[in-house]
Amino acid sequence: MNVDVSLIDWSRAQFALTAMYHWIFVPLTLGLGVIMAIMESLYYKTGKDKWKRTAKFWMKLFGVNFAIGVATGIILEFEFGTNWSNYSWFVGDIFGAPLAIEGIIAFFMEATFIAVMFFGWKKVSKGFHLASTWLTVFGATISALWILIANAWMQYPVGMEFNPDTMRNEMNDFWALVLSPVALNKFFHTVISSWLVGSAFVVGISSWFLIKKREKEFALDSVKIATIVGTIGILLSIYSGDESGHQVAQKQPMKLAAMEGLYDGGHSVGLVGIGILNPQKEANDNKETFLFDVKIPQLLSFLANRDFNSYVPGINDIINGYTADNTTEISVAEKMNKGKQAIAALSDYSKARKAKDTLAAAEAKERLDANYKYFGYGYFKSPEEVVPNVPLVFYSFRVMVILAGYFLILFIIVWLFNHKKRFENMTWLQWVCLLSIPLAYITSQAGWIVAEVGRQPWTIQDILPVSAAVSDISAGSVKTTFFIFLFLLTALFIAELSIMIKQIKLGPGAEDNSHE
Amino acid sequence: MERIKSLKDFFQMYIDGFRSMTVGKTLWLIILLKLFIMFAILKVFFFPNFLNSKFDTDQQKSNFVEQQLTGK
Repeated sequence: MNVDVSLIDWSRAQFALTAMYHWIFVPLTLGLGVIMAIMESLYYKTGKDKWKRTAKFWMKLFGVNFAIGVATGIILEFEFGTNWSNYSWFVGDIFGAPLAIEGIIAFFMEATFIAVMFFGWKKVSKGFHLASTWLTVFGATISALWILIANAWMQYPVGMEFNPDTMRNEMNDFWALVLSPVALNKFFHTVISSWLVGSAFVVGISSWFLIKKREKEFALDSVKIATIVGTIGILLSIYSGDESGHQVAQKQPMKLAAMEGLYDGGHSVGLVGIGILNPQKEANDNKETFLFDVKIPQLLSFLANRDFNSYVPGINDIINGYTADNTTEISVAEKMNKGKQAIAALSDYSKARKAKDTLAAAEAKERLDANYKYFGYGYFKSPEEVVPNVPLVFYSFRVMVILAGYFLILFIIVWLFNHKKRFENMTWLQWVCLLSIPLAYITSQAGWIVAEVGRQPWTIQDILPVSAAVSDISAGSVKTTFFIFLFLLTALFIAELSIMIKQIKLGPGAEDNSHE
Repeated sequence: MERIKSLKDFFQMYIDGFRSMTVGKTLWLIILLKLFIMFAILKVFFFPNFLNSKFDTDQQKSNFVEQQLTGK
């Protein structure tokens, strides 16, 4: 059966649209949550009303963001069932468990404590209220944990066994799934890097108040907390990002090669600091990879293997196969051959089972198990299909890293000037902070583009490519729902922005007598 | 200030909180409208579960997916 390429592209575009839209709200929830909880903790500790007032203002913006963002992730679940039914069936048992836990525990935890956070200021003790605020933040973070565990499994499938009788990958080790190094690292990197978005938001909006010469004490206090949280968040993200790069090198070497535009690998490979890719460059040609590049010597080898002299495979090496540092990796053509054997064995197993031929079924199952590791490669027509969109991954990675570096410097500078009581008079720097808010979102989205586009062409690494995961439906229906979502999500986004801007303009003074 | 002493007070907190909402009312309206569009329109008319809409039993779904994956 041939799959319509436009069906795959539209299904992917729709998923990307809804996932990226969902990700506008999540990092602000995670980042702003920590900042407002710290502010309330200061109120609890010092008893100063200014911290209560400050925390309440940011809580209101947290509430607006939470309300508009809530349930936008459910759209993704709809798409799994409609557009990606082969995938949904194939992974149902593994995806189901973490998502169910997310729904039951984390959602209800958030729903309960968020009510106390907003309605309980005069109804519960200071300590109970503070605990509720932290538990709201904790609940949101735990929500992210389960989603990220499911996502990490797609990057590095562990803790399961394929059952050809049910056509499903069945979980046989819950803890391998939950404690997968990819999952844990992805969780810490994603959650902590979200502090950058929350901090940039608070610093930017506070700067707006300073530009408008309003609420000076509130703004400067907010800047103080946000720059500290942002700086710590970025420093921890650098640490977890380094570990993430190491994990990618071990588990998804093609993604790493795409991130670096590395076509021909080798020993002691440098990391590209900045570079412009040759747009004509393709796998296994002799063209130059870069029109311009600046490399940091040996750093990629160290990042990948913790050894400055180690071997890092490039795109061509992965396609053609290689032997280095006591490791032999077979070519993609050989993997495709094994994948086709696995698919044929699955077909033979099914026929034998229906014919009640137990011997033939056992033989086919043995062949399937022996080649299952390469199952997904059997769907490719040429080895080059395993290469993701190199320019998109390469540039997105640099956008993420460079902007994160920019914010680190910005937060440190703003903190220093604020500490010396000079920031309040630096209108130009306040404008820089305000105009930098969109850059924080770009940083966060770029990180996801690296993770998800870099995983292509796989839905599940090595096991199921997108071409096999997609449903047998018409591209036209996916195109229609794409534009419905585009319209709906744009309308929701405009609604959020207008409510958010209105609340910001009202300022913290509006909170003084509010119960919300 | 009346503190929560019982479960009834706890639910009263919700009632009082919802009553005194300002911007929250608009947000709840948006949430409810959003959920209605998602579940009553999009899910029903545009996003039926592909396998559930075609097959009744897990065995039938399994056979179909097997056919899809081995025939591609």
